[in-house]
Parts: sequence; C-alpha cells; structure tokens
Amino acid sequence: MIPELGHFALTLALAIGLLAASVPLVGAQRGNVLWMSLARPAARAQLVFIALAFLALAHAFVTNDFSVAYVANNSNSAMPLAFRISALWGAHEGSLLLWVLLLSVWSCAVSFASRGLPLAFVARVLAVMAIISVGFLLFMLVTSNPFMRQLPPPADGADLNPLLQDFGLIIHPPMLYTGYVGFSVAFSFAIAGLIGGHLDSAWARWARPWTLLAWCFLTVGIALGSWWAYYELGWGGWWFWDPVENASFMPWLLGTALIHSLAATEKRDVFKSWTVLLAIGAFGLSLLGTFLVRSGVLTSVHAFASDPARGVFILAFLVLVIGGALLLYAWRGASMGVSASYATSSRETFLLANSVLLTVACATVLLGTLYPLVLDALNMGKLSVGPPYFNSVFVPIMTPLVVLLGVGQHARWKQDRFAGLCRCLSMPLLGTVLLLGAAVAAMSSARSPRAMFGLALAAWVITTTLIGVVRRCRQRPQPWRAFFALPAAYLGQHLAHLGFAVTIIGVTLVSLNTVDLHTRMAPGDGVEVGGYYFRFVAARPLTGPNYDGTTAQFEITHGDQPPLHLSAEKRNYRVRAMPMTEAGIDAGVTRDLYISLGEPLDGHAWSVRLSVKPFVRWLWLGALLMAAGGFTALLDPRFRRVAVRRAEHADDGRSVTP
Amino acid sequence: MPLRFVVPLLLFVSLVVVLGVGLQRDPRLVPSPLIGTPAPQFSLGTLASPELAKTREDLIGHAMLLNVWASWCAACRDEHSLLLELARSGSVPVIGLNYHDELEAGRRWLRERGDPYRYTLFDPQGKLGLDLGVYGVPETFLIDADGVVRYKHVGPLTHDVLAEQLLPMLAVLAQAPK
Repeated sequence: MIPELGHFALTLALAIGLLAASVPLVGAQRGNVLWMSLARPAARAQLVFIALAFLALAHAFVTNDFSVAYVANNSNSAMPLAFRISALWGAHEGSLLLWVLLLSVWSCAVSFASRGLPLAFVARVLAVMAIISVGFLLFMLVTSNPFMRQLPPPADGADLNPLLQDFGLIIHPPMLYTGYVGFSVAFSFAIAGLIGGHLDSAWARWARPWTLLAWCFLTVGIALGSWWAYYELGWGGWWFWDPVENASFMPWLLGTALIHSLAATEKRDVFKSWTVLLAIGAFGLSLLGTFLVRSGVLTSVHAFASDPARGVFILAFLVLVIGGALLLYAWRGASMGVSASYATSSRETFLLANSVLLTVACATVLLGTLYPLVLDALNMGKLSVGPPYFNSVFVPIMTPLVVLLGVGQHARWKQDRFAGLCRCLSMPLLGTVLLLGAAVAAMSSARSPRAMFGLALAAWVITTTLIGVVRRCRQRPQPWRAFFALPAAYLGQHLAHLGFAVTIIGVTLVSLNTVDLHTRMAPGDGVEVGGYYFRFVAARPLTGPNYDGTTAQFEITHGDQPPLHLSAEKRNYRVRAMPMTEAGIDAGVTRDLYISLGEPLDGHAWSVRLSVKPFVRWLWLGALLMAAGGFTALLDPRFRRVAVRRAEHADDGRSVTP
Repeated sequence: MPLRFVVPLLLFVSLVVVLGVGLQRDPRLVPSPLIGTPAPQFSLGTLASPELAKTREDLIGHAMLLNVWASWCAACRDEHSLLLELARSGSVPVIGLNYHDELEAGRRWLRERGDPYRYTLFDPQGKLGLDLGVYGVPETFLIDADGVVRYKHVGPLTHDVLAEQLLPMLAVLAQAPK
C-alpha cells in the first residue's frame, strides 16, 4: 500500500509542477499578481509530495519490501540499516528521486528566501524550476518508476553493488546532487532575468549566494567522490578522468567561472551576457552529465543504469531546456544593455581571463569525454581517450590560470596602473621564491623540476593571497583589529584560494612521488617500500553481515618510530558473489600508507599492493578549504542586507511582496 | 539578433546532433579503425615468462585469433569454454592478451579454468590494448598471416559469431594466394 501512495504522491507532485510551471509564468507576463502568487505555495506543496514519495520508498527499503522491484534489485535483508537506506539512491530510479527531491528543496528554499525580490521575478524563477521538475518527474513516471511491483516477490533482494556499500556512498551522491541541482537556481535566475529584461548588478547580487551555495556542495561532493574512489576501488587512484567524474567536474569548472563572473557583474556591472551564458552552461552540463551517465552513450565503470529509451527522453529534455534557454539568449541577449567600461589593466580583465580559461578547461574535458562519441557519429571508428590526454591538456591551461589568479588578487577594479601592479607583485614573487626554497630544502621529493614547478604555482597563490590580506589590514590604523573586522566574503575568497593552493600541492606531490610495489607476500614476509618496512603478520578469516572474507594484518616500521598496525580486507559478498577490496590505509599529513589485498596465491601467500602516497590528503583538504571559503563568504551579512534593501525598494511599486 | 548571441545555440545544436547520433549506435557494433591495417608494434612479455619479450613479428606467418581478456572480466568467463573448445579443435591458434591485469591473477585464472592460448601476452599497462583500440574486455581480433587485422569482435565470443563470422573468414584467408 505504501509504495502505491508514494507513486500517487509523485503523480500529484507532477500535477502541481505542471500548474507551477505555467500559471505564474503567464501571470508574470500579464502582471496578474494572483497568478504570480501561486508560485511560492506551489513550490512548497510540491516538496511535501515529493518528500512523501521519498519517504515511501525509504520505508520499502527499511522494511525489506521486496515486492517493490527496485528494492528487490538493490537491497538485501542482511544489509545493515544504514546501507539499506542509502541503497535508495544506489541505482538509477532512486537517484532520480533524490535528484527531484533536492530540486524541490532548492525551489522551496528560494520560495522562502526571496521575500525582498520582485514578485514577477520570483514567479519566473520558480516557474522555470517547476518546468525542470516536471521534466524529471515525467521521466521517472514514464521510464524509471521506483515503485513498480514485482509479484510474486522474491524471497530476498539481490543486494546492492558491494562497491556502493560504503559510508562514502551514503553522503557522496546527496552532496554531489545538491550541487548539480543547485545550479538550476542560477539557471532559473538567468532565464527569469532574460525574460524580464533586467540583468543588472542587483540581479547578480541575488544570484550570487545561491550559486555559491551550490558550488560549495558540488566541491564537497566531488572531493568525497575522489576520496571514495581512493579507498574503495582498491587501486589507490584518486581521479580517473572517467566520463562520470568528468560529468561532475565540468559543471564545477563552469560554476567556478560563474561565481567569479557574477562577482564582476555585481560590483562593476560588466560581463552580463557572459555571466548569463555561464549560468546556462553550468546547469546545462549538469543535465548533460545526467544524460551521459543514464543513457549508456558512453560506457563507464560508473554507468550502473543505461537504457536507450531513457537516453532519448533525457536528450529531448536537454534540447527543450537548454535549447530553449539558448534560443531565449539569442533572442533577448542583445537587449541586456552595454556593460560598464574597464581598462586592460584592471581586476575585470583578470576575472575575464579566469572565466575564459576555466571555460576552455571545461571545453577540453568535454571534448575528451565526447571525442569517442563524435568519431563514432562521423563513422570514423572508435577510440578511447584516457588520462594522458587530460593530463597533458589540463596542466597548460591551469598554469596561466594560477598565475593570473595571483596577479588578479592585487589588481584594482576598473583601472590599475601597470607599473604599479608590477611593483605590487615583487613582494609575492620574493615570497614565492623563499617558500619554494624552504620546501626544496625540507623535502627531497620536491627537488625534481616538475615538482618544483607545481610547488612554485602553489607558493605563488599562497603568497599573493596572504600578502593581499596583510596589505589590506595594514592600510588601517589598527591592523589586528582590521583583520578581525574583515568582511566574511573577503575572508572566504582568500580561504578558498588557499584551499586551491593546498590542492595543487597535493596533486603535484602525489602524482609525481607515489611509490608503489606490487608483490607476492606470505605471512612473515617483509619488504621495504619508500623507506617504510611492511611486514605481513597474519591472514585471518572474516565474517561480516553479508560478506565473508580475509583480513590481512601488517606491521609497518619506519626508522625508530613505534610500529604501526594496519589491516587490509578481501571481502566476498555472498549474494552477488563479488570480491571486494577494503584497502588498509594509514592516513597522515605528509603521506598515506596504502595496502590493498589482491588475489590469494598458492600456499598462504597473497598478491599485495603496497604504496606510499605523499601528501595525498592535501587534495581533499584543499577541496574542503575551498568549500569552507564558500560557506564563509555566505555568512557575509551583505547577502542578507540585500534582501532588506530590496524590500524597501518594493514600495516603489515595481514589485509586490505577499 | 547579433551573431555572437546565436553562437552558443549553434554549438549546442551540433552537440545535440552528435549525442543523438551516438544514441542510435550500439557501441558493440562499431568496427575497429584498425581493420585492414597491420597490427601495431609491441614488445611484451607473456604470462608464463614476463621477461621474455614477444613482438609483432611473432604474430606473422599464420592466421590467428587474438583474444583480449582479464581476470577481473566477468564476461570473459562466458566465452572461456568456447575458447577451450576452439583450442582443442586446433582449427586456429589463439593468442591471449591479458589486459590491465595482475600477473598472478592472470596465471591463476588459466590454472583454474584451463589455458586455451598458445601463449598470453601480458599487458598490465594496457599499452597494446590502447594501440589496438580495445573498447571493453573481452574482444577478439582476427589477424592474418601477414600480421594484418582482419576482423574485430567486441564482447564474449559465441558459437554463432564463430560459425558465421570468424571461421568463414579464416577459410577465405586460408585459400587466398600468398
């Protein structure tokens, strides 16, 4: 009964979505306040019904209702409760439900946090979001209904893919999707702005916090995905340039360009059409990512569901939403008005260069991801594009980006004297040399030319950022007090840039200096890897709730330090008969020790992979710092004051607040 | 309507065309660009003796099947009995290409399931696989006596594929004048 209620709730949510997608939009065109006012309650009601559907499916998972086909295919009564719940979004249908739920949460948030905005604008934003939700709800109900019954029910479920039975899977998809879907807000703001014809700095100020929030979630989501791949896939890799990873990385690149471009639009009223295009692009790539993952167009280790009928539907939806948006852009773009002027040597120029470089980076990732498909479409055969392509094109694009990031932080808005800017940068340059020298002196691993290059880029970002903060404080009579009075947005920006530098350090050192050994070991054997002595102590059988396996214990010694104990597991999940590797990892600030168990060999020996991965944690630490910077910036009262100021404006008759 | 505002739309339309065409295709049916061209150069060890380097020259002289497999590949299990049957019949030599795999895992696979291969090239980094345009494992290439790739099958071999594609082609190759 409850699954049917969930199904019914989804249908009702679709009906509400159809209403919310049309009536407020027409109302906004006609100036009908009553029709426009429908947008907010409709968004909230839609959330109620989608949440009910979500809870209904969660109930089916918790109670092991295997008469629901989706539950039977992705769960098992022996699975721990936490995984039974997270299995909800472990496969196609459920992850779509999560997508729609999060979209609805964002709409609802907009409906509450938009008091100060003109009603016509809010009505259009929510209507555009409702159009998107209608598309996805239809998609679910027509091609991928999670509430389908399977009668008679099987005695037990087919279990969730063991790769996904992990803490990382509980949190990674919701974070990633929150970010993906969050760009729909920026997209809807752009569309509403294009329709209403007011794309100005006020518009950018409204759009900024939403975009930043979505970007923060996406950053955390991607970092979690990378971390999950590192410890769960058992290869010790942290990024594979897999189509599905690229699908999340491309919106991130454009989203990063977008938050910078929005800042310029807000402060200086420049790059308006570019900003709008980025907003459309960031969400368009989120949809494209969904298409790539769900349609089976590209094969990938992640593509856990693929079906041509679904592909056709998503492609049609993509054409409708993004094609429509770009058509609107082509039609209305010219009416956006002229941007304010700025000199070549100004912060605007650097921000423009930043977003152009990020867009180019995104385009190269897109090209690499779609290249096999393009060749295929042109009947030119099939080939695979792998990490060598991405690594060799990505570094040359990121290098100028990083250099300009440092310069841009010191450039003034509107106009700066080139000579003055050069003088301004002599201190950071000196700081970079000193910092790099210190790193080279402290670590032998930093002495290769490529490592020094990467570290120099990181040092450049660090020194320009820190010296920028120091200079700003020293202009005030009491520097320390000035530091604590710095606006949150300013601190957040600099924190995020430091995070970027930390990520660069991690990427550089772990890519260049990882030591790997793939060997055969029996209990009692020992081997040295990268200065660490690994001894295989013993292998013991292991029994988990839905798997059996072996746990291998290792003792690691390094110099005079007390020995470390690590264990790595090989699990065999009973239902799917899939072997899984649980790597043994000793995490450290400057290095991770990584042990993964391969196959059992003759005697009591195992094939074992032992790695020392320097600074690998810095990758994710940097990403978390970037997200923390974003969250810090969001605390800036400026974003809330906007709403109040708008509310005062509302009295001039341009807008009506319900 | 100034042109610069239309450009994004045009780019998007071309993207959609590519995606639309891509959707119509079955990735398994796409022929390899290598067909009709000589097999790429390589220098690889074998599973039995990784230090022994085999090269492209070792492929010349006899028409053969090159079967790409890996111990982690579930679909390879499905075709394994057929490969064993083929090896026993002796109609065509089969060379293995152990792709992106571990030495011990590969050896164990052959020990446990039987070894249909004359020898198995060991390609842990997937270098030869990349040069051959291996798309997914398993794949099987038909290479003629001159070392030219004649046919490629993606996915597990079946009796039908063997009877209707590979064996007739082998028969034609055997009759072709040298």
